[in-house]
Amino acid sequence: MELIFEKSVPGRHGTILPRSDVPRANDLPAGLLRGESAGLPELSELEVVRHFSNLARRNFAVDTNFYPLGSCTMKYNAKAVDEAVRPFAGAHPVLPYLSSGEAFVQGSLGVIHQLSRLLAEITGMQAFSCQPLAGAQGEMAGIMMIAAWHRSHGQQRRFVVVPDSSHGTNPATAAMAGYEVISVPTAPYGDMDLDAFTKTMNNEVAAVMMTCPNTLGLFNPHVEEICAIAHRHGALVYCDGANLNAILGKVRPGDIGFDVMHVNLHKTFGTPHGGGGPGSGPVGVSEQLLPFLPSPRVTQRTDGSYCLVEAGEQSIGRLANFYGNFGVLVRALAYITMLGRHGLVEVSEQAVLNANYVMNRLKGWYDLPFDSTCMHECVFSASRQMKHGVHALDIAKYLIDRGFHPPTVYFPLVVKEAMMIEPTETESRETLDAFIAVMIEAADLAETNPEALFQAPRTMPVSRLDETKAAREINVCCQ
Amino acid sequence: MDFYFTREHEWIRIDGQVGIIGITAHAVEQLGDITFVELPLPGRKVKQAEVLCAIESVKAASDIYAPLSGKVIEVNELVENKPEIVNSSPEGEGWLVKVEIADPGEVKGLMNRDEYTLYLKGLS
Repeated sequence: MELIFEKSVPGRHGTILPRSDVPRANDLPAGLLRGESAGLPELSELEVVRHFSNLARRNFAVDTNFYPLGSCTMKYNAKAVDEAVRPFAGAHPVLPYLSSGEAFVQGSLGVIHQLSRLLAEITGMQAFSCQPLAGAQGEMAGIMMIAAWHRSHGQQRRFVVVPDSSHGTNPATAAMAGYEVISVPTAPYGDMDLDAFTKTMNNEVAAVMMTCPNTLGLFNPHVEEICAIAHRHGALVYCDGANLNAILGKVRPGDIGFDVMHVNLHKTFGTPHGGGGPGSGPVGVSEQLLPFLPSPRVTQRTDGSYCLVEAGEQSIGRLANFYGNFGVLVRALAYITMLGRHGLVEVSEQAVLNANYVMNRLKGWYDLPFDSTCMHECVFSASRQMKHGVHALDIAKYLIDRGFHPPTVYFPLVVKEAMMIEPTETESRETLDAFIAVMIEAADLAETNPEALFQAPRTMPVSRLDETKAAREINVCCQ
Repeated sequence: MDFYFTREHEWIRIDGQVGIIGITAHAVEQLGDITFVELPLPGRKVKQAEVLCAIESVKAASDIYAPLSGKVIEVNELVENKPEIVNSSPEGEGWLVKVEIADPGEVKGLMNRDEYTLYLKGLS
């Protein structure tokens, strides 16, 4: 397909502007004028429409294909949720800061307030800030609050403990916040080894960060004990809520003993994900950490009206201009209230059922390093296929040809040739069966005709991309 | 000159006071095509098992740990520009860092080649 610039014909345009009937303004200073043409493509309106419509048709998206990307909860986003945001499109984020502006955004402030309350209810935390613009920023805010809490107790601790199956952002966040990271190995039951963890703990540990359930799709049976041990050493426990989809309405991290957690609205609560989202990573805390929450906060006055309040001195401060990705917050509130308490419980039950169905149907064909009832995702290894020279990547590419987005591959790192499948609750039995059939087909091909897998994908606009070349010979143009 | 190995798949070749460090063929096989190597600055002091440098491949980004404590005296600048050398010659031209060994006694925490081969068998 030609680039839009290649289709450009000099002098062609899409709109005809009327002759100006007002005098020309004074010329801009020479220093502000462009020296040469902006080089925009010149096309008719119809050519532009066709160009982008054809590009869009090449999209591989959850609206067109099954997307079993583990660790990311790529569920389908109900269109009704997108509709909910329309009435808010005209609200200006500066209004709550103006003396008479607050009255015009009571609905918007109410959305933030109500969503924070509901997230607190769902997770068992005391309060939430919906400011973080993504999960990683939610994590950063969480660790900054933990550091601030230690400082308020006159302590400057050195370490953050993470399991080796953790999300990569967990150790990255800890390192960004100035902590040294201690990684704890995974036990045969598929989560942080309790004995190794216990030996690791000391009074220099500021926090333990856990993804719960973890990236192998397993719920650590010792999680309460881990929280208790951490607390005995004066450390706080952070819950990465990326996998909250598995436990909605079943377990509340706050009840287990977690002190801080973030949730990914774009994963669990049906807001756009991928392609820029944008994301949203509200961060919640237990009671002792309330003073450290980001500023400003949305508060409800006794007369029922809402306002933005600057938080006190102990707050870690402002994380975003205005207040987070507001459009995403509206969608998440719509999602939660549309489903209600029983609907959310059904979400997690269906997500877990779907993952276990895929796991049990495929375990005759693929190795399953941690073979136990899983939560919302399951992790296979392509090690059996490797004996025929076939890697997880080849299977992933073959799936594309057969109409399925590849699962997450090569993560988590504790599984060799990992293929991490998360069907989510939004997929039907028929879709899962079709996916399972193609996975079995790939396993058969690995034995009988591996060449067919090496050549995949064959049906896409581009064939197999050279990822190594792309990474080694970076050619980035920045103007 | 003796090769010693870590459980994290680094090797160190000891030549008197100097240790040459790299990653093993097994590590390379697991990582796939290496795309980027981040080397430490000469002069940096590291303790045994501390992060020494980092390697990125098409599959993952991994920390490389110091097999022994010491001071970095030289880095292999060749692999910065041509990371594929680590793939083609992990125990030769694809070495990463030279250190001045601080405590030769720490070697007893490492594996020799036979022990490492046995360790790899246990992993598969």
